[in-house]
Amino acid sequence: MSSQVRFTDFKSDKQPTWCPGCGDFGTMNGMMKALAETGNDPDNTFIVAGIGCSGKIGTYMHSYALHGVHGRALPVGTGVKMARPDLEVMVAGGDGDGYSIGAGHFVHAVRRNVDMSYIVMDNRIYGLTKGQASPTSREDFETSTTPEGPKQPPVNPLALALAAGASFIAQSFSSDALRHQEIVQAAIEHDGFGFVNVYSPCVTFNDVDTYDYFRDSLVDLKEAGHDPNDHEAAKDVILDADKEYQGVIYRDENSVPYGAQHGLESDMSEIPDGAPEDATDLVREFY
Amino acid sequence: MAEDLNWAIGGEAGDGIDSTGKIFAQALSRAGRHVFTSKDFASRIRGGYTAYKIRTSVDDVRSVVDRLDILVALTQRTIDENVDELHEGSAIIYDGERSWEAEIPEGVAAVDVPLKSLAEEAGGAIMRNVVALGAACAITDFDVAYLDESLEKRFGGKGSKIVGNNREAARLGQEYVEENYELDLGYELETTDSDYVLLNGDEAIGMGALAAGCRYYAGYPITPATNVMEYLTGRIERYGGHVVQAEDELSAINMALGAARAGARAMTATSGPGIDLMAETFGLVATSETPLVIVDVMRSGPSTGMPTKQEQGDLNMTLYGGHGEIPRFVIAPTTIAECFWKTVEAFNYAEKYQTPVYLVADLALAVTERTFPPEAFDMDAVEIDRGRLIDESEVGEWLDEKGRFRAHADTDDGVSPRAIPGTTDAAHMSTGLEHDELGRRTEQEEIRVQQVDKRYRKVETAREREEWACREFGDPDAETLVISWGSNEGAIREAMELLAADGIDVRFLSVPYVFPRPDLTADVEAAEDVIVVECNATGQFADLIEHDTLTRVKRVTKYTGVRFKANELAEEIAAAIATEVTA
Ligand SMILES: Cc1ncc(C[n+]2csc(CCOP(=O)(O)OP(=O)(O)O)c2C)c(N)n1
Ligand code: SF4
Ligand SMILES: [Mg+2]
Repeated sequence: MSSQVRFTDFKSDKQPTWCPGCGDFGTMNGMMKALAETGNDPDNTFIVAGIGCSGKIGTYMHSYALHGVHGRALPVGTGVKMARPDLEVMVAGGDGDGYSIGAGHFVHAVRRNVDMSYIVMDNRIYGLTKGQASPTSREDFETSTTPEGPKQPPVNPLALALAAGASFIAQSFSSDALRHQEIVQAAIEHDGFGFVNVYSPCVTFNDVDTYDYFRDSLVDLKEAGHDPNDHEAAKDVILDADKEYQGVIYRDENSVPYGAQHGLESDMSEIPDGAPEDATDLVREFY
Repeated sequence: MAEDLNWAIGGEAGDGIDSTGKIFAQALSRAGRHVFTSKDFASRIRGGYTAYKIRTSVDDVRSVVDRLDILVALTQRTIDENVDELHEGSAIIYDGERSWEAEIPEGVAAVDVPLKSLAEEAGGAIMRNVVALGAACAITDFDVAYLDESLEKRFGGKGSKIVGNNREAARLGQEYVEENYELDLGYELETTDSDYVLLNGDEAIGMGALAAGCRYYAGYPITPATNVMEYLTGRIERYGGHVVQAEDELSAINMALGAARAGARAMTATSGPGIDLMAETFGLVATSETPLVIVDVMRSGPSTGMPTKQEQGDLNMTLYGGHGEIPRFVIAPTTIAECFWKTVEAFNYAEKYQTPVYLVADLALAVTERTFPPEAFDMDAVEIDRGRLIDESEVGEWLDEKGRFRAHADTDDGVSPRAIPGTTDAAHMSTGLEHDELGRRTEQEEIRVQQVDKRYRKVETAREREEWACREFGDPDAETLVISWGSNEGAIREAMELLAADGIDVRFLSVPYVFPRPDLTADVEAAEDVIVVECNATGQFADLIEHDTLTRVKRVTKYTGVRFKANELAEEIAAAIATEVTA
């Protein structure tokens, strides 16, 4: 790759098949720009995508990538980063992928604080399977499988992250291109697990959480003068059920990522041609 | 074969049975004796019977027998559990000062030793098991000084005082028996100058992984595979690697997959329940053509089954598990030393054929310690073959007309070039979706067929290129052919010696490869009787042999949860020879 990386270098030549107007277009553009802007190139970037409309992102972007099974993207990203600290690792998926089938991994990925970013395209719906309730769907949101609404409170992913001890929590809106890119960039630059919940509207199956809804209700934390280093303030934002926010909500400036905690520096892909030089010591231990 | 001695210590789980047994096993090994250990245990931490058994001889020992010569019993239940194995001339070491009244079977020598009091004299009641070891030394005329080194190994970290106290405890036990008993049971233990190493199957797998360059291990604890993870922890770091305890097996296999895609030799180990959870990702590993070693240390199933019991019930799961059709290799080491070598092979096959490899061991291998000459683990003989892993200079050969990397190129041998992240101009996506050569999703009929064929062609290539040999024992011209897979090899070899003494000659093929596997048609056709031995109820391997050879075979199966013993196996084989094969 040339040293002049442009964001379009992260674009594959496969045309997205997302519905026209899908929020994922904007989410992906911001991701590509943020990656280019932070000095990465496709050859040193690894993207892990989940399964869903959102998961198709792995196909539409160009980099080293794995499009895995539903809900398991975070563990894959974890393995990539631990084995190759030199790579930029970005994990992306949907709200169902991350907060339903993969919810267990989400909590532990947050705790583990591996130095990678996690971009969740939250459309509050299952897009790919054509419109069932997702864990972030509203209590009264009517879908084919919940004709009267799920009748259970939606998951608050930001609160889940906070409770699990997150070192970086952010939320963005795919259609506010500049702000979204800026937030994803901050997640990439963060030393640790950079979690961004992106409001990425589904124009086909969700007529409630629409562009208009987010545009009208979003409070911009940067404009509001929010201090992301303030844990208490972050808590107030996250637990405020009356408003929607965008911005970096919490950032632990003293975050020590997993790799540094465990002294992971080696490129694990490099191994000798035979057993390690002192391997006979391993046998001697059994005397 | 020279006289063997069968010794055991048993009590409640939590009584330190395992560590005491291990100390004695190590001492015997230091004295140049062969050792084969086995464990009876309940999965509860406290409040269950557990025993550590040692069979030792100056000759190689490969299995367990149902005879017990010396038993250290910390509870009455220990005696009750083993009453069938005790015989006239056995001895039971117990502490008569304890509250329970030991009921000693007829003809068994009662060696009442005040274990607790003597331990207190040496510095603490906690050392009562070591007093019992000293007592055992007295009965076997075995120099208690051999215990010194293993006591140092076990307690060295706690300081020289503790080590000294333990040595004293052992001596007090020995002196007490020498002074108070005149036993002539004929159990004198000879020593030799041989040097042996003593290890179990999980440790051998872990050591094999390190030798093979495994740098990343992700796992979730489960009996009897946890020891693989515990062995690697603290050792893999020396080579720049890492062990991570995942939140579940779904995560473990996906982490390992991630590390493998990043270019590391990666592994996960689990038992049946974990294999079930990994099944979906297993298909992804194969379809994305990622080299990965997945260890299944089998235990009794289904479901939670009997978690601390032996079984070879996962053959079909590892061979067929997962939806769709998944090319894979399934390798089943037959001895503890083979656990090491087959792990090395597994890593090579995984990378050469860019495919998942199941390494299928079982509880009997995992928890058994056995002595080997150190040359059995000759590190200079370890070969690493990373297959078609390419570097920057080779990328050009594998680009399409638009300069895109053909990560799933359809080659003559089915093996595509593998470029790991960081390789310039080879960035590509891999996916569990059916894909074209570039790794991009497709549902085009021709491409689908091309990619399925290409993935299976790797198996055909491997069939031709590699040696999928059996380990052969016994008389090559014998009328009776015994076939088995996995850990039964040792018991069968000893059973053959017993059978030979009765004039029954047997040819034995021990098969370490389940898939691809050797074609045994000619061998089966040449034999009068074919008997397939395995630890499961239905005879899963026997089904495969019948399928391959189109010949009905006789089945000797066992699914009690306890491994085969040499003498029972000899009887069962003899009985099988005498019966007609059932269609
Ligand atoms: C194990 C498994 N179960 C179910 C599915 C079907 N499935 C595919 S995507 C999906 C939900 C996607 O929702 P979300 O993660 O929110 O992604 P979106 O399509 O909305 O972007 C489901 C249930 C699957 N692929 N795998
Ligand atoms: S269904 Fe919804 S989420 Fe999926 S592509 Fe269409 S708009 Fe986007
Ligand atoms: Mg969704």
